[in-house]
Amino acid sequence: MVNGQRILRLVSMAGRVCLSRASGESRTVGPVEAAIRAKLEQALSPEVLELRNESGGHAVPAGSETHFRVAVVSSRFEGLSPLQRHRLVHAALSEELAGPVHALAIQARTPAQWKENPQLDTSPPCLGGNKKTRGTP
Amino acid sequence: ERAGMSGSLGRAAAALLRWGRGAGGGSLRSPGVRTAGSGAGGGGSTEELDAMVKKDKVVVFLKGTPEQPQCGFSNAVVQILRLHGVRDYAAYNVLDDPKLRQGIKDYSNWPTIPQVYLNGEFVGGCDILLQMHQNGDLVEELKKLGIRSALLDDEKKDQDSK
Repeated sequence: MVNGQRILRLVSMAGRVCLSRASGESRTVGPVEAAIRAKLEQALSPEVLELRNESGGHAVPAGSETHFRVAVVSSRFEGLSPLQRHRLVHAALSEELAGPVHALAIQARTPAQWKENPQLDTSPPCLGGNKKTRGTP
Repeated sequence: ERAGMSGSLGRAAAALLRWGRGAGGGSLRSPGVRTAGSGAGGGGSTEELDAMVKKDKVVVFLKGTPEQPQCGFSNAVVQILRLHGVRDYAAYNVLDDPKLRQGIKDYSNWPTIPQVYLNGEFVGGCDILLQMHQNGDLVEELKKLGIRSALLDDEKKDQDSK
């Protein structure tokens, strides 16, 4: 579908903006990232689990663990709607989502779906609605 | 440093808007969109939220407004609706009302903003709306609500011009 491709192009373009801004940061795995990985592995026994800390593209201090994107590939998702799949991920990460994590982009795929397009997408750029920047010009 | 940062954010936002206008034929303003939630206060009870999500066929809860989204994911939702030519929808800005911000998360049992409702039914957030856009489900869901997606007209034009 032509328009689907258009929006994909938008999102990938936007992602490059985010990533280029985040590229100066070190790639250390923080405690929140480690907890997300451990809990998803425990809850969904994924075949593939790709996790990216996207906080660097947002108006939060360097080294923050507030914005993440995750691709979870699990046979547990067979026969489930996107909504049900996302709820499983949310349930596994309820503590993190109630606490430090502000944003979590989720790609919840079955192994067959992942094979069709095995990549972690990129998120649109932050527009600065964070509490810290809100109200400043 | 702050100026440099807002500069690059501004460019990114401008790129998104350019893209939105070029692809959807929509304008920067969405005259049909009713922005609500501003100074409403108390928009957090189950009864109130029930009424809010059922009052309009298409309802979105955003960070910011459709004219000025304050988050990339909220902006993506706005852009997708614009692309489909959906102008008549209710948009509630959760940044205006902390009670609404928490209330809608509890009501939907969904931890993040944006949130999208179609015909009073919870659809999901940005990821799911984008997925529905990409796989064609959104066109079908809009059709059920009596809304003809503008993408169908675009496709027709593309075919006619060949």
